[in-house]
Amino acid sequence: MLKEIRIHGRGGQGAVTAAQLFAHAAFLEGKWVQAFPYFGAERRGAPVKAFARISDEPILVHSQIYNPSHVIILSPSLMQVVNVTEGLKKDGLVLINTTKKPEETDLTDWRIATVDATGIAIQLGLLVAGFPVVNTAIVGAFAKATGEVKLESFLETIRQKWSGSAGEKNAKAAEIAYERLVKGW
Amino acid sequence: MAQTVIDTANHIAAYAAKAARVQVIAAYPITPQTSIVERIAELVESGEFDAEYIRVESEHSAMAACIGAAAAGARTFTATAAHGLVLMHEPMHWASGSRLPIVMPVANRALGPGWNIWADSTDSMSQRDTGWIQFYCADNQEVFDTIIQAYKLCENERILLPAMVCLEAFILTHTYMPVKIPDQEKIDDFLPHYKPNWILDVSNPLSHGNILSPEWYMEFRYMMQESMENAKQLIPEIDKEYSKHFGFEHGGLVDKYKCDDADLILLTVGTIGSEAKVAVDNLRREGLKIGSARIRVFRPFPKEEIRKLAENAQMFAVIDRGISFGMEGFIAEETKASLCSQNDRPLIAGFIAGLGGRDVTFKTIEKIAKKSAEWMQRGRIEKETVWVDLKE
Repeated sequence: MLKEIRIHGRGGQGAVTAAQLFAHAAFLEGKWVQAFPYFGAERRGAPVKAFARISDEPILVHSQIYNPSHVIILSPSLMQVVNVTEGLKKDGLVLINTTKKPEETDLTDWRIATVDATGIAIQLGLLVAGFPVVNTAIVGAFAKATGEVKLESFLETIRQKWSGSAGEKNAKAAEIAYERLVKGW
Repeated sequence: MAQTVIDTANHIAAYAAKAARVQVIAAYPITPQTSIVERIAELVESGEFDAEYIRVESEHSAMAACIGAAAAGARTFTATAAHGLVLMHEPMHWASGSRLPIVMPVANRALGPGWNIWADSTDSMSQRDTGWIQFYCADNQEVFDTIIQAYKLCENERILLPAMVCLEAFILTHTYMPVKIPDQEKIDDFLPHYKPNWILDVSNPLSHGNILSPEWYMEFRYMMQESMENAKQLIPEIDKEYSKHFGFEHGGLVDKYKCDDADLILLTVGTIGSEAKVAVDNLRREGLKIGSARIRVFRPFPKEEIRKLAENAQMFAVIDRGISFGMEGFIAEETKASLCSQNDRPLIAGFIAGLGGRDVTFKTIEKIAKKSAEWMQRGRIEKETVWVDLKE
């Protein structure tokens, strides 16, 4: 079974690291994994994309993801400038970092879930150069929304990646987002 | 114990240099190679990697420093891409002519202008006549394994030539995949300390790069050509030996997939060869007898393997992510040259695809294969070179 995840974010929000967290966490669960960014002219605040593939078999595909199983939107303002659901599979999940409830978003065709990852990042002081970094919160929310990667795997990945209090704070962000996720189905 | 890391192919290349116990690194940063030498710099700085790291002012100087270090007997490493590589062109001839086993990852990137940092093989393939061995990788594991294998090959007395290990910009350089890194002890057994037969040594002076008269120049060039021929035998042997030690085998000179009964064979390089396996499986389900042959080594060119593949195939569809202007794709050219002396030749069509990083998906490859199958049925090709998905 191949799961393909596309992450839309703005430069500085941690989209690329979020894709890496998917790869590491799924690898801990015995999967084959791949994570990669789309490199354009990155700068802070510009729209960026990152991708993750999770599979039961070795991954031979290296091209970009055009028909994702799920999409994750780190900044809701992107929905006005990027077609974030382009190619998304019918039973796919749209996970949005927003204070809105799923029914308050403009999307209807997919499974919609929301979480205020920015609020969690600010609450925990997860800031880089003044920007809230929302990747660790959002992966926790994803674990709750799909169960396709377990929260425990993300927590272990986060603690391996960042040692000491940074690791604990980021793990906390994932746990809080897991609790606060709002499912629209 | 062997350890699995999930990291980008660039970082994996840095770990391979460390695992190979490289002694000297001289490098200049260039996107998308930079994170190779950046990670090495971090490892050397922290003391984890015991090597001399020489900072230089250009790629030309990087290669010059590598030549000096290798001539003094050190296991030597550098990395580059695109414009950095073509700036090295002149000293690259020096490295091969001096028979120095330098290993250099090349992050295959398009040449400007127009400015483009994405995947394209024209940078390294345009260096084909420099006397360097050229490997092309299809995933992160192969990058690690090939760097270790390249030192084993290049330092062999029957070779003594430098090698490039090519990995496509971003598609590999910045992509995270799991890689098994074997135990250091086992790598040390496989790749012992480099012991050159002669070195630049102040206590035992000798001339290096002296004038070579018409009386002898040809003989030295003949020996280089002989070494390239030897490499065709040694590369598969080393790949097999490596797999016996560490479990990974990458196909020797050509990574063949379902070619045995194939009427149509896709000839590819790099990650397009990996993606082609997906296309092959999909098209076989539709009843097409198709296979994929990924050219892993471009220099020496595996012409004997190409001839063997041609024996049973009716058609070759050659996909090039590079172009020799005024002729055609590099692999298409070499494939035709390899077969021109044979009596029964398959039809050959060249496809230019993915220049400057345009995505080549398995669907693109399926489209190429279907067009080729149509021509194969008809017994003739309509176009020698097709530019895939060209906006006209």
